Amino acid sequence: MSDVAIRVENLGKLYRIGQRERYKALRDVLTDAMYAPIRRIRSTFRCSNVKRGDNNYIWALKDVSFEVKRSEVVGVIGRNGAGKTTLLKILSRITEPTEGYAEIHGRVGSLLEVGTGFHPELTGRENIYLNGAILGMKKAEIERKFDEIVAFAEIEKFMDTPVKRYSSGMYVRLAFAVAAHLEPEILLVDEVLAVGDVAFQKKCLGKMRDVAGQGRTVFFVSHNMAAVEALCSCAMILKEGENSAIGSPQQIISEYLQTVRNEVNLSLKDRRDRIGRGNIRFIEIAFDGTNGSNRYTIGDDILVRARVLSCYSTDVKVRVALSIRTTSEIGIISCDSQLTSEVYTVHGSRESTLVCRIYSPPLNQGEYYINIAIFHGNEPEDWVTSAARFWIEPGSFDNRINTNDFPVLSRFEWKIET
Amino acid sequence: MRTTERRATTRELTQTLGLIVIKPSRGWISLKLRDMWEYRELLYFLIWRDVKVRYKQTVLGAAWAILQPFLTMVVFSIFFGRLAGVPSDGIPYPVFAFTALLPWQLFAYALTESGNSLVANQQLITKVYFPRLVIPISAVLAGLVDFGIAFVVLLGMMFYYGIVPTAAALTLPLFLLLAIATALAVGLWLSALNVQYRDVRYTIPFLTQFWLFATPIAYSSSLVPERWRVLYGLNPMAGVVEGFRWALLGKSGGVGRLVIVSALVVSVLLFGGLVYFRRMEKTFADVV
Repeated sequence: MSDVAIRVENLGKLYRIGQRERYKALRDVLTDAMYAPIRRIRSTFRCSNVKRGDNNYIWALKDVSFEVKRSEVVGVIGRNGAGKTTLLKILSRITEPTEGYAEIHGRVGSLLEVGTGFHPELTGRENIYLNGAILGMKKAEIERKFDEIVAFAEIEKFMDTPVKRYSSGMYVRLAFAVAAHLEPEILLVDEVLAVGDVAFQKKCLGKMRDVAGQGRTVFFVSHNMAAVEALCSCAMILKEGENSAIGSPQQIISEYLQTVRNEVNLSLKDRRDRIGRGNIRFIEIAFDGTNGSNRYTIGDDILVRARVLSCYSTDVKVRVALSIRTTSEIGIISCDSQLTSEVYTVHGSRESTLVCRIYSPPLNQGEYYINIAIFHGNEPEDWVTSAARFWIEPGSFDNRINTNDFPVLSRFEWKIET
Repeated sequence: MRTTERRATTRELTQTLGLIVIKPSRGWISLKLRDMWEYRELLYFLIWRDVKVRYKQTVLGAAWAILQPFLTMVVFSIFFGRLAGVPSDGIPYPVFAFTALLPWQLFAYALTESGNSLVANQQLITKVYFPRLVIPISAVLAGLVDFGIAFVVLLGMMFYYGIVPTAAALTLPLFLLLAIATALAVGLWLSALNVQYRDVRYTIPFLTQFWLFATPIAYSSSLVPERWRVLYGLNPMAGVVEGFRWALLGKSGGVGRLVIVSALVVSVLLFGGLVYFRRMEKTFADVV
């Protein structure tokens, strides 16, 4: 048997924009046909820079080729909408590629989410069987591992309670416990680790490490650089549906962070790596630093001006959130309007400007990135990571000049206790 | 070119080495019934889930399986049997109606459930791979449990009216199979269409109601003129219902040709449904 576990050649997947979420009612087909000309005229006048309409196709994946050797743990990193999940769905045979070819040698288990197929009315015990079968385990196999699963989930007492009465933590623990006991030769994992409390996450990471240690192949898609660095023996970047070469995690992660930096130079409205419904979109972010630039001095207030364009015909209420991140994508400050329990009204069919003042953030000198998101209802309308960046120039803080590069500053005082 | 060559050589190896080949499917596709066999345990668990969940948090529980056909039978007996005096081929009207209602209920339930099954299980379809056929099939088969429960009541009624089944009763599984095949055939079409067009969801209740009147449940197919009776078999449920009556109640006359026509219709419908379902299958995860 060859030592190749996964071979992918020129894989591509074409999506019609919006196809992933929409289904048709016959009525829609009819009205679409009627309104199409009107809509085209309208869109030229109103939301010309928002790409919509039925003729819009997008390559979620394009010319992706790579090879994964047996017992390697590959981390795939990339931005929102870079095609990570699509790649995983194709390899899991959930959806078909539009072109290209892939082969997988061995029994595959895929985890795109934990708890797939859990039924709220069934008990914990029953759901273990059901979920196990859905993930591809045989009945005998589930029976053999049953006690182990229960122990791992730490919910012995609630085995005969319907899972609808579980707390969300218990639910996730049970779901992950079943998934963790899947023993395929090749494991395809989406960011399922982003669930549960910290202690449980550690346990899951440990379990993943065991799986990798047993010589199995793991294909791991994640946003979490730390997890990729800790778990993977090699990594790969997906960017706008195309892949980079496979390399060492350290090298690939630094390469990735570099491209993130370059991308910020792109005009915000031309960025494609965004997720959300898209009826409201960010088109520009501006700062009020020295001479209207994005350069500040330590201790300055920071004013972020976000211009958005709404395609709703009427005014709508929105929630808006931004976060400040370091160059290695660690979040330090979150300014979410949900925290202040406020909503803002965005004008229909035209631009609005949302302004956020951050009062003298305790940031040290250096480069920072902003992730920004806008929500209407509970759904994200637009969400762009590393949407803009700014610099903090050296300056004095607490009447001292700092020279180290720790991102957060604080006043402090040492004393000898007498 | 290199890849096409490799495809040809790997095809033979696919089954032996546990190799999975992923590529766009073009043109005619195989029905992949072997794949279904691989996933028979999942089929079992999905049926088991549907059965378990069906009467959870109901007061009457599985009694519903008896109540539904039984009460319908009572209403039919009063209005059609007693008041309207619909002839029942010399068989006591309540048994006559109940024997027909059993396969009908199985069919109507299976049709509704399987028609909505893909949409109801969209969470599974977008997250896990398995042959999608498992879903409508499990929805259809889950109805058999209700059928089994109600069948016991039918046996009781036959005993009460002193009807002794003959050797013909041995053919009953065939008619049951025909009922299931009919439900599955229509269910396959509807479920696949439902993924694309949600109008189907609203069509199903109307369709079952319409079909109920077009099937000889409250009346006998002998009401239909002799020369049209073969055409009546185009409604496969007519064949099923008359088949049930023939097998259990010993009703005589002209069932054979009706059933043959029904079986032919179902075969065509089922094969078409399978092909259509398999053709649409690749789009399910993207569209549902």
